[in-house]
Order: sequence, then structure tokens, then C-alpha cells
Amino acid sequence: MSLDASIRLALGPLDLDMAVTVEEGEVVALLGPNGAGKTTLLRAIAGLVPFRSGHVRMDGKVLEDTATRQYVPTERRPIGFVFQDYLLFPHLSVLENVAFGLRSRGISRQAAADRAARWLDRVGLQGYAGSRPAELSGGQRQRVALARALAPDPRLLLLDEPLAALDATTRAEVRRDLKRHLESFDGIRLVVTHDPLEAVALADRLVVMENGHLVQSGTPAEVTEHPRSQYVADLVGVNLLRGAAEQGSVKLASGHVIAAAGAELGDVFVVVHPRAVAIHRTHPEGSPRNVWSGRAQSIEMMGNRVRVRIDGVVPLVAEVTPAALRELNLVEGGEVWISFKATDVGVYPA
Amino acid sequence: MRQERVPIVIVVPAAIGAAFFIVPLVGLIVRSPWGDAITALTAPETLEALKLSVIASLSATAVALVLGVPLAWVYARVTFPGRDLLRALTTLPMVLPPVVGGIALLLAFGRRGLLGAWLNSTFGITFPFTTVGVVMAETFVAMPFLILTVEAGLRSMDRRYEEAARALGANRWRVFTRVTLPLIAPSLFAGSVLCWARALGEFGATITFAGNFPGVTQTMPLAVYLLLETNQEASFILSLVLLLVSLVVLVGLKDRWLGSA
Repeated sequence: MSLDASIRLALGPLDLDMAVTVEEGEVVALLGPNGAGKTTLLRAIAGLVPFRSGHVRMDGKVLEDTATRQYVPTERRPIGFVFQDYLLFPHLSVLENVAFGLRSRGISRQAAADRAARWLDRVGLQGYAGSRPAELSGGQRQRVALARALAPDPRLLLLDEPLAALDATTRAEVRRDLKRHLESFDGIRLVVTHDPLEAVALADRLVVMENGHLVQSGTPAEVTEHPRSQYVADLVGVNLLRGAAEQGSVKLASGHVIAAAGAELGDVFVVVHPRAVAIHRTHPEGSPRNVWSGRAQSIEMMGNRVRVRIDGVVPLVAEVTPAALRELNLVEGGEVWISFKATDVGVYPA
Repeated sequence: MRQERVPIVIVVPAAIGAAFFIVPLVGLIVRSPWGDAITALTAPETLEALKLSVIASLSATAVALVLGVPLAWVYARVTFPGRDLLRALTTLPMVLPPVVGGIALLLAFGRRGLLGAWLNSTFGITFPFTTVGVVMAETFVAMPFLILTVEAGLRSMDRRYEEAARALGANRWRVFTRVTLPLIAPSLFAGSVLCWARALGEFGATITFAGNFPGVTQTMPLAVYLLLETNQEASFILSLVLLLVSLVVLVGLKDRWLGSA
């Protein structure tokens, strides 16, 4: 049992060319910045957006294929879709919302109501059957949306930013519940999110996309350890550079050379953790092989750490303690030296 | 809160403008022979006209709903060449002098009309000077109000609800009846009421196409006009009744359509 989608389409400024597969038993998160085309891809898989070429197959069955001109309309696809702002029908009660998919599939009123009521129990909303969606809190609405999508027993569950509409306090709690429901659902699960925390919490595998194209995919650990784009590097909070490796050093596109212990040959990514970058007021003495000067462009407090963005031959972010910052007597625009050891540089093929 | 002083050059024309509407209404109320109100209202011809007006205007609204909602849906959802022209043509009766509408109806559905001649010779059906003709004339003039209101409602509704319904397995009919129509209910309601009120007041197209036969085609506005010649006092009372109906509709619609301030 699996989902296999390969979709190419152009929609306004978006030029989408993506292939996604979701295997049985795994939860895949589509991660990417706003405008990357995640939602469009999800809607195309559901049959809500026509595409120029490609296919959507599930369990070996074709749902859509431009080559053979096959198209199964959305309403006949075995899907459950949780929309970003849930789109609960405002004119129907909570129970009627959850029963809607069952009724659409020809189940009798009574049977649909019974099953919908059981789903409300499962998501902890017994007693809200007669309420209107507008009377519920954000977290409750999210759970109704989930129950509504799951009630007709779909094979494929698509969730579009399921927690984005919630405030921070509810989000953590709803995320826990959502994870539990995702685990107990034995179909194919695909979640769209722009929040790395959510992606890592919910998914077994991340598919990172940017500008309509695949950037990288892998387990959360693989993705965070080896970022392959500025977007992922920013999410993880590391410095990401790219250049040509040459036995112990990497030549960047700017011409600058970085000493990197693990570097061999070829096009590589270079990762330097901000914690590994030391800041000095004068040219440092000692063993670090990478030393250059720059200007402290911005200084940001991040909890018990300070992130200093340094604009030099190679712009980098360094992370120091507030005490160290005081000792350095550093202000924005101040002249500094930075250093990091060749052994603190991560290198992997691009 | 401090209210801004309104300039006198605004206040004076504004007051005159308002008075222009209010004075005639006051005149109607003041000059109506209240003593004869009951007699005038319960006269058989009045009751007949009233009954015909209610039946014809409700029928016209029903026809407008059945035909106008799909038309509005097409305008709002389907792109095709000539859509704007077609919309303009079906909106025309809103600005057309109703008499012209009545003549146009005669030329189309009259005994010797474009379609009417064929309908007459093949099925023996004639529309002019029948109650059905009244309904046709009222529909012709009033349906554009419904079409435009419903189209606006369809355009402003969040179509993603329809997608949500489709993703839940609803076929197009179910999406339309269970999601689209309920979501545009306010527009449907407002459009129907406007359409009905316009149909109730219809005069020109009706008298031209359907004539003025008591009990068959003589609606309230026609009766009022006729009474003006023979029994002025009664025509005042009937005018007042039409005025009250319109007022009730307008006040009832204030929040839904005209936008509450």
C-alpha cells in the first residue's frame, strides 16, 4: 500500500515539479517555506488542482494520469483531507459535519449519525454533537476536522498545516493528540507544514521543498544533520556554505578557502555550527585554521545565548553566551575577528 | 464622542432631498379616507386584485428561483465567450421601461409573436391576457434582481467549502444543495424578497402584455391606477397598503442586503 505522486504544473508564480512517495506505515511531512507549493501539491494529489503532466497512484491504482488521460474525480478518491483552516461547514452542527462524508458515501442517516457520534467520542468531543463550529475553540475545531476526515475511513489522509491556525499554547496539546490519531490511522499519511518542530514531531520522513521543487528528503535526523538548502540550515540554525572540496579545504564560490578536516573532492556542502565560531576583538593566536575579520551586523538574544551575525569575507552566525558578549564589549557595527577549527567543519557531498 | 459639525451647504440639499421622499408618503397617509378604509379594503374587486397580486408575485418569485439561480451559477462559475453580453441582456429589464418590456413580451409570446404563434398553432397555448401572462411579465421584470443578488453571493462565498465537501465524497448535486445553497442563503433570501417586491409592484409590463381584466390579470397596482379614475379614495387606501408592504420588506432587508450602518 503506497502513494506515488509525480506532478508538474504551473500556477501563477509557482512552477511545481515534484515527486512524492509515501510508503505503508510511514508519516511523511512536506516541509517548506510559504509559497513553496506544498498546499498546491496536496490539492493536486486530492484532484482539486489540474496538472500539466504527471500521475497520482495509490495502492497500484491510478487516480490520475495525464499520459493515459485517466482522472478519478476528488469525490471518488478514497481520501480524507484536513484543510488549513478546517473549513467546517458553518451551517451544520458538529455531528452533521462529521457525518457529512458518510452521508455522501450513501450511508443511511441513522448509521452515519451513530458512526459520527463514535468519532466525536474518540476525539474527546462527546457533548458537542449539537454545537455549531463557531461555538468551538480552535483546538476543538481541529479535532472535528480530523474526525470528519477520518470518519469515512479513507485510505489516504492529507493534512494541510493542521496546527497552523492554533495559538502556541493549544498547539502543543493538539499536536500530541494529532500524533496519537495519526499513529492509530492505518492508511497513508501525508502532512504539509512550514513548522519544522511540527514536522519532526509528527513525521517519520521529511520531504523538503522550495520553489516547487524537491530540496531533500530523509528522516528528521538526516535532514537536520545534513541540510541541503539555506532554508533547512536556517530552520536548524546552522551556517551552510557550498564549494569545491580539495583534500582538507573547501573553495567557496566567492573564492575564499575554508579549512575543513573531512573535505575530500567534489562539490560539497559545508556546515559550521554557530557554537563552533569564536569571536575575538583582536587577531587571535592559536590553532584554529579559519580566521578572518568582519563586522558584527546584528546581535540577537536567543534565550541564554546570543547570536551574532558577522559580515566578513564569509558571512557567518556565531553563538556566544551573554557573559562573553559583555566581556567582548561588542556592539552592532563593531569590528571583530572570528575563528573556528577545521575539525568543527562538517562536509558532505552536494 | 464629538460629532463633526455638518456644513450647511450639505444639510440644506440633504434635507430637501429627504423631504422630497417623505412629503408624498405623508400626503398618502394624511389624505387617505381612513373612515372608508375597511370598505375599500374588503370590496370584492380589491380582494380579488390583492389575491391575484399575491399569487402572481409569489409564482414569479418561484419561477425566478428555479431559472435564476442556475443562471446566476453559470454567470459566477462558468467562463464562456459572450458571458458579459448575456448578463447585460438579462439585466436589461432592470433599466428598461417596463412598457417596453411588455411590448417585447408581446412580440415574442403574443398570439402572433415569434414563439407565441407556434405555441398557439401547435399546442393552442396563449399567454397574453391570462394570469400566466401576468406571472411572465412580473418574472421578466423582477428576475434580474434575484440573478444579480445570487450571483454576488456565489462570487463572494468561500469556494473552498465546496472543495471540502468534494473531498468528503459529495457529488456535484450534493455539494450544490448541501453546501453551496446553504452558504448563500442570505443572498438567496435577499434576492427572493427583492424579486418578490418588484413583482408585486409591477405595472407597465403587466398592463401591456397581460392587460387589465379584473380577476384574471388585474393586480393591485393596476387596480390602484384604475380606481384613481373612478374612486380616488379607495385608490389612496390601496396605495397605502402597497406602501406598507414595501416598507416592511425594506426594513426587514436592511441588515441583510442594504448593509447595516
